[in-house]
Amino acid sequence: MPVSLANSKLVYEALKECDIHLVSALPETWLVHLIRMAEEDPKMTLVRLAKEEEAVGIAAGAHFAGVKSALLMQNHGFLAAINGIVSFAHLYKIPLLMLISYRGSFGEKDPWQTQGGNVTEPLLRALRIPYIFLDNVDTIRKRIRQAQTLAESSLQPVAILLMRDLMWEE
Amino acid sequence: MLRLECLRSVYSDLEDYLVVTIMGAVAAELQSLGHRPNFFYLQHAMGLASSTGLGLALCLPNQRVIVFDGDGSLLMNLGSLTTMARYRPKNLTHVVFDNESLLSVGGFPTATSTGTDLEGIARSAGIPRAVTVRDIESFGPAIRDAAQSWELTTIVAKVEATGPSGYVTDLSLLENRFQFRRYIQSLKQQ
Repeated sequence: MPVSLANSKLVYEALKECDIHLVSALPETWLVHLIRMAEEDPKMTLVRLAKEEEAVGIAAGAHFAGVKSALLMQNHGFLAAINGIVSFAHLYKIPLLMLISYRGSFGEKDPWQTQGGNVTEPLLRALRIPYIFLDNVDTIRKRIRQAQTLAESSLQPVAILLMRDLMWEE
Repeated sequence: MLRLECLRSVYSDLEDYLVVTIMGAVAAELQSLGHRPNFFYLQHAMGLASSTGLGLALCLPNQRVIVFDGDGSLLMNLGSLTTMARYRPKNLTHVVFDNESLLSVGGFPTATSTGTDLEGIARSAGIPRAVTVRDIESFGPAIRDAAQSWELTTIVAKVEATGPSGYVTDLSLLENRFQFRRYIQSLKQQ
């Protein structure tokens, strides 16, 4: 499978450096290595979801408990989580570190992913969710650290967009 | 059975729990009995009270957590039962007040009014203990049995579709949220 194992590892290590101890996730192709790493890590709690919106509640519970967490989802999963983001995370000022695989953009071969690709950034902007791209190995650690710092200081959701150039090897 | 009477019958037990409620009548009625810093009222995001309880229970495995859910809210996030069942935290009790209606928006009937059985769904989802309670004498004991069993339990409490005249209280959402988190952090320092 041409999902980049090496770059997934760098992303996972960057999350660990941010003291993340809980990851909630719904599988998608680009995320398989990240989810497996979380599963095999005895110091990480992995919560496999039925639907991405659950992750907002779980992250809020973790935040109340004083545990730093991250959400792994595809951009279509982000669409499925929007009510929870607005009427929980925004309403109650809950920090969310959302790692979103950006499917349906340039280079996408799967027709079913393409509509979600069109609306991901417009929706993030409409929701006033700060976002940053991960598309280069050299900036992974720094950007994940910066995103988590902003989520914690602003008490709001932030998005890290996992890009094809980083996650996929062809 | 009245939801307010259910809450009153276990109010003193709630001191030992982190409490998460849904919005509307459940939040207003629990507050009417007296707010405490260990109570968090999720005044929107229907369906996510159980997910919040799961997050708390997984992160604080020695702390009892109780969620007061409702039929309308749970029906919006049935997948949550499967996620709770997957990790089955022993310190989590999940109470569903089933009044067979969406009371706060005018009493529209939910699917439990036409035969959907939430206890059966919970059990089939893999929740290790699932019970239905229909009278006030059984409600408190069901909560205490769940605590004693030290197993993830869903308690479906069939209640009347009546509630308070209003739902807005003088506790601001953010005040509640910051107080709740601070309370938990103070527990951890003890």
